[in-house]
Amino acid sequence: MADLRAAVAFEWTKIRTVRSTLWCLILCLLVSVLIALLFGWVLRGAYDDMSAEGRARFDPVASGFNGLRLGMICLVVFGVLTITGEYGSGTIRSSLAAVPRRGVFYTAKVLTCTAIALAVSTVVVLATFFTAQTAIGAAHNASITDAGVPRAVVGSVLYMTLLCVFALGLATVLRSPALTLGILVPLFFMVSEILNNIPGVRNAAQFLPDAAGGIIMRREPQAHTILTAWTGMAVLAAWTLAALTAAHLTLKHRDP
Amino acid sequence: MIEIDRLTKRHRTRTAVDDLSFTVEPGRVTGFLGPNGAGKSTTMRAVIGLERPTSGRALVHGLPYAELRHPLRQVGALLDARALHGGRTARAHLLGLARGNRIPDRRVDEVLDTVGLTGAADRRAKGFSLGMAQRLGLATALLGDPSVLLLDEPLNGLDPEGIRWIRGLMRGLAAEGRTVLVSSHLMDEMALTADHLVVIGRGRLLADTPAERFVARTGSLEEAFLRLTADASDHRAGKEAR
Ligand SMILES: Nc1ncnc2c1ncn2[C@@H]1O[C@H](COP(=O)(O)OP(=O)(O)OP(=O)(O)O)[C@@H](O)[C@H]1O
Ligand SMILES: [Mg+2]
Repeated sequence: MADLRAAVAFEWTKIRTVRSTLWCLILCLLVSVLIALLFGWVLRGAYDDMSAEGRARFDPVASGFNGLRLGMICLVVFGVLTITGEYGSGTIRSSLAAVPRRGVFYTAKVLTCTAIALAVSTVVVLATFFTAQTAIGAAHNASITDAGVPRAVVGSVLYMTLLCVFALGLATVLRSPALTLGILVPLFFMVSEILNNIPGVRNAAQFLPDAAGGIIMRREPQAHTILTAWTGMAVLAAWTLAALTAAHLTLKHRDP
Repeated sequence: MIEIDRLTKRHRTRTAVDDLSFTVEPGRVTGFLGPNGAGKSTTMRAVIGLERPTSGRALVHGLPYAELRHPLRQVGALLDARALHGGRTARAHLLGLARGNRIPDRRVDEVLDTVGLTGAADRRAKGFSLGMAQRLGLATALLGDPSVLLLDEPLNGLDPEGIRWIRGLMRGLAAEGRTVLVSSHLMDEMALTADHLVVIGRGRLLADTPAERFVARTGSLEEAFLRLTADASDHRAGKEAR
């Protein structure tokens, strides 16, 4: 019936012909790698001054991935813009005139956005990992073949991709980039962080989408989490699925 | 052919379209008239599935719009020409729509040429004047070489050459056997272009008649229109202003 392949070609053309979305992807890489480089350098020097307890807790993978948290925001902005750009400009109406089945339109958008996020995340995570480990130096760094490291790398790629798609879903419901980012950025940078450090609510806070998915970004699991690397990822996947379902219902029942 | 079948669209408190039925036949230009807020744009948006009717339906060639596999190849619509992404060029805007409906890429350059935008094809839309946006909207409507055209106030912002060109374009499309529904507030222009008229007020049908017969009552389309809609207009200027 409807032509999903053509709808995907439409989405791909829309994304590649707007500079702002392309810049988000380039910034994602630059920010992640630069911060990894900085953190690595600082850690290389600071390791010798660390206490014994600090050294025992030191996880070169987790430290090296610190930059991803900031780079990820660029990818989240990308996910948000792919839909709010249409509402803001009004092109949602010509898009839906071309692909009137809401399910087909949105499936094409989600597939295209996911594929791009996955490709970009793979490049960014690998580049960040090798940059950080090189900067930390052979004495204390991790190798990609060490136990727990492949999981952290693959998991981080999935984490970034899912978070981008989650943001796309939320933005479809809210329609406004300011509102969506106004919720997501503080959530990622402050709320989760603060709640995760208050013992009483820590057990609940780790179920927030960014906290749950982020558990996987380290070599050694932390002692205080109920969720593990993969159950955390499953929780993030559930959040993403919920956001996409809400987005689909919103598209079906609200006039553009 | 377009069929509007007992279409009603209610917003929270306002009724935009109220149990409206009429048919737009192929092979002629149908003028769609009515005072501000009468429900013309709402009706046209409902045809291409951008408004979910409260009740009733709109059909194109006997089908709901969403059931058309490649709708741009059957229906071309110019509804809101300003709805462009400012960062995208005219060519990229058309290219995406073409790919989405498996329309050959070469149609993009053809329609850009038709509407006189070849020179601006690679400029970003945020720099477009109203008339240029309107021309791009027309290019979008013509892209799939559709048999049905919906044009909501296509003359907005066009220069005299553009207005004359559209007049000829619409007459030509109808002569080829296509269905053309065009809304406008410019009565002189409608008198020159429309073969048939559908007039609505407050969402209800007021007249559905050949243009000649409508004008014959008073001798001028403007006069006939003002008399017919005198009691069906929500937005008349104050006495002093008149
Ligand atoms: N989203 C909305 N919420 C509430 N009322 C609406 C909405 N959209 C349209 N309306 C109302 O529906 C009515 C019909 O509007 P519509 O735009 O279809 O009129 P129109 O005939 O195209 O007018 P104009 O000649 O000014 O373009 C108006 O009274 C308008 O205020
Ligand atoms: Mg209107």
